[in-house]
Amino acid sequence: MVRFLIRRTLFGVLVLWLINVAVFVLFFVAPHDPARAIAGRQATAQTVALVQHRLGLDQPILTQYWHFVTRLLHGDLGYSYYNSAPVRSLILARLPVTLSLALGGAVLWLLLGVSIGITAARHPRSLLDRAATVFVLGGLSMPTFLVGLLLLYTLFFRLQIAGVDAFPGGGYVPFTQSPTQWAQHLILPWLTLALVSAATYSRLTRTSMLEVFSEDYVRTARSKGISERRVVYRHVLRSALTPVVTQLGIDVGALLGGAIITENVFGLPGLGQLAVQSVTTQDLPVVIGIVLVAAFFVVAANLVVDLMYAVLDPRVRRR
Amino acid sequence: MTTDVLLRADDVVKDFAVRRHGPRVRAVDGVSITVHHGETVGLVGETGCGKSTLARCLTRLYELTSGTVAFAGRDISRLSRHQLAPVRRDMQMIFQDPYGSLNPRRRVGSIIGDPFAIHGVADGHDRQRRVQDLMKLVGLNPEHYNRYPAEFSGGQRQRIGVARAIALQPKLIVCDEPVSALDVSIQAQVINLLADLQDDLGLAYLFISHDLSVVRHVSDRVAVMYLGQIVETAPARQLYQQPRHPYTAALLSAAPVADPDRADQRQPILLTGDVPSPADPPAGCRFHPRCPKAQQRCTVEAPALVAREPGDDTHLTACHFPLDSVDELVPR
Amino acid sequence: MSTVPLQAVSPVAGDDPVAADIQGRSPLRLALARLRRDRVALASAATILLLVIVAVAAPLIAHLVGHDPTTQYRDTGLTPAGLPIGPNRHFWFGTDNLGRDVLIRVIYGTRVSLLVGVVSTLLAVALGVIIGVTAGYFQGATDTILARFMDVVLSFPFLLFAIALVSVAGPSITVSVFVIAFFSFAAVGRIVRGQTLSIREREYVEAARSLGASDLRIMAVDVLPNLIAPVIVYTTLLIPTAIVFEATLSFLGMGVVPPTPTWGNMLSDSLQYYQVAWWFILFPGLALLITTLAFNLLGDGVRDALDPATERLFAEK
Repeated sequence: MVRFLIRRTLFGVLVLWLINVAVFVLFFVAPHDPARAIAGRQATAQTVALVQHRLGLDQPILTQYWHFVTRLLHGDLGYSYYNSAPVRSLILARLPVTLSLALGGAVLWLLLGVSIGITAARHPRSLLDRAATVFVLGGLSMPTFLVGLLLLYTLFFRLQIAGVDAFPGGGYVPFTQSPTQWAQHLILPWLTLALVSAATYSRLTRTSMLEVFSEDYVRTARSKGISERRVVYRHVLRSALTPVVTQLGIDVGALLGGAIITENVFGLPGLGQLAVQSVTTQDLPVVIGIVLVAAFFVVAANLVVDLMYAVLDPRVRRR
Repeated sequence: MTTDVLLRADDVVKDFAVRRHGPRVRAVDGVSITVHHGETVGLVGETGCGKSTLARCLTRLYELTSGTVAFAGRDISRLSRHQLAPVRRDMQMIFQDPYGSLNPRRRVGSIIGDPFAIHGVADGHDRQRRVQDLMKLVGLNPEHYNRYPAEFSGGQRQRIGVARAIALQPKLIVCDEPVSALDVSIQAQVINLLADLQDDLGLAYLFISHDLSVVRHVSDRVAVMYLGQIVETAPARQLYQQPRHPYTAALLSAAPVADPDRADQRQPILLTGDVPSPADPPAGCRFHPRCPKAQQRCTVEAPALVAREPGDDTHLTACHFPLDSVDELVPR
Repeated sequence: MSTVPLQAVSPVAGDDPVAADIQGRSPLRLALARLRRDRVALASAATILLLVIVAVAAPLIAHLVGHDPTTQYRDTGLTPAGLPIGPNRHFWFGTDNLGRDVLIRVIYGTRVSLLVGVVSTLLAVALGVIIGVTAGYFQGATDTILARFMDVVLSFPFLLFAIALVSVAGPSITVSVFVIAFFSFAAVGRIVRGQTLSIREREYVEAARSLGASDLRIMAVDVLPNLIAPVIVYTTLLIPTAIVFEATLSFLGMGVVPPTPTWGNMLSDSLQYYQVAWWFILFPGLALLITTLAFNLLGDGVRDALDPATERLFAEK
């Protein structure tokens, strides 16, 4: 188990490093005037010169890279000339928003997806199952932003006109300020994030559970007289959930992507919104910072999921 | 007469690693065998004794762990793929599974024409004509040139495999259980086909099977394999009438006999125990745990495959106490 | 060899069901026959065909209607207060905030979506097949590196990569195609690799090698034909994903730029105006939904036709 962990961690570090190099090449080596690019569109000649000097862009590439890496390891993610603030503080300020959104969304999508899947599996071909199928069909065909727009229109706008002000259409209230308002502002975004993926997960859970249902050990459990509920929750769920967990690992990236989209639909001041803005304003240091931070999170999350997978399925540990 | 030796294998060893750094399984342990021009050598043994592995080592589908294989006087043990190309024209293989050995997505004419295409021998219409000639030769309707393997029966598919193997007129064909997957009535047809082709084309066969009666029918010489080693080899008639190795005797006694009266009279020799795993073979003579004649010497010293009867060097046996007659082992 | 007396070798009768037929029915042809009987798949195919026709005929339609996608019809298309007009006789789908004809813009948007969707998918599939087959066939170190690479690509957030690239190269249709293709190839590659791994162990591959066939030949002649079925299925299923990707990119302003209309950037505009103009969301949204749905259902039907054993995703029975 330890060997497995070590190998996975090393691999994760390797991936991170490769991404790091790729980012460096993309932003500092490839463009013909990296200084101007980093300094931003509004930069004066003075600023450009300052950037040139600060980043040591006239030095050999390897030296530049070395400085790049050392700066990163010290937590220096660069400086945004457009926002006149260090990238790190910009990111830290917006991180809670994105985290709230992402984690809440993930929890919701798992809960929704798995419970729908379980229900559908327990009553195959019933009305519930068919409704679930339609749900899946819709989910697979709808882009996240469209779901967000529709939710905005129906649950926010229409309800508001009707006088019901339950779901705010955007904005963010920090948890520390007011937990209820925090949740209220996040409900629509969470739903948006969750619905599309819940569809896939419900289908995955359903298929997986149906497979496990037909296995011999389930029949044994049933014939022993164990209640259906116990059969489902104690025996079947554990093995049926392994493909779901694996899929989750693959989907951490999708979660981040979904968060970016949702933030832009609902105007949440998170990293996603910052990222898209920075692309429009060509604020490269912010983009670099976000890409690196996000890569780190994705790799770390994958590692965690691998670990969970090893816990769930002992066969993996022996490798 | 070393000049008409076609294939000679010396001390071939093949190991497989079960896991990347795990223990190695020795599937073939020091096998030496020869095949002369135009003769049929039968190779028998139970499933798992290493016959198929040996076949693939001889045709260089597997890399040898050690030992040598010489074809037409030339050492082919370490040749590269490129250097092996001309050898592959002369040494071909027929496989066991009529359903797996043909690509289901390709038309039969294309499959049979593969050797022509690969070795650049014939093209276009010329190739088609030759393929159709081959189809006729093996008893298939040449008009079925464009059909898919799924549209043929098992016996017909083996014929397709045979056609593919003889396309370039090889000198040796290694037949790996060519009829084991077929119905008995079809088996006879395919075997007769192989016999006819041998006469017409002057082929040599290495005929591998677990079915003793089939092997007896087709072979000039027979070798018996057990747990990766050859335990006895002799001209066919002699092996079947006067087996020397206890294992051979036991195998023969278990083979079904057509005549019910004779069958009743026979006393089968029952071996105790199961075939040991090739990953952990017994010490000394590998057969000793199951051998009714085993003695102390057998547990420590592995017997060499040599002639045990003075003056008769065609009959080799790997046993310290070879049988003088089959009846020695029959329970009283 | 002792044998029974030689018999003349006559064609083996066998159980020969298809008597006079000389051409074999290929597995693909059988699949097509099955597909033809699937009504849902046929309906989807028809829808897609309609979309293609509309996309190709876009300039013609614009000419017939009398409006073009980028002109701002301020007199006829906006209220005196400057707000967009809803669907009416002149503008079947209404107008947008700049007085442009939504119908024509949606139609022109079809072009972008279909073009980007199909081209990036084809690119992704080509790349995925090449890399997947190479990894699966050669195994060893090559396989480990390529397989891990594909796993990493698969797990990385596509949007993040798009953001990085667009910030350096600027938004454009080419960048969109490239980004989408790069992220889709890994899914195809993994499937192809898996299939290749199992095909490689089949006896007919061994037979080919014993004949002396080169690796390249085996890959082309023995491995690839057995991949056609899953590749086709994946292609049809990948196209809607690509279309959604493109729409998302445009929505965020990182795809095709205005004034070229795409469903994505139209929906992006709708964010600000939906409270006064519901038709902003409805028509591009509906177009997007219908297109993706059609491709998904078709892909499902294709998968069923090629391999009836798989469980249908959207089975009605």
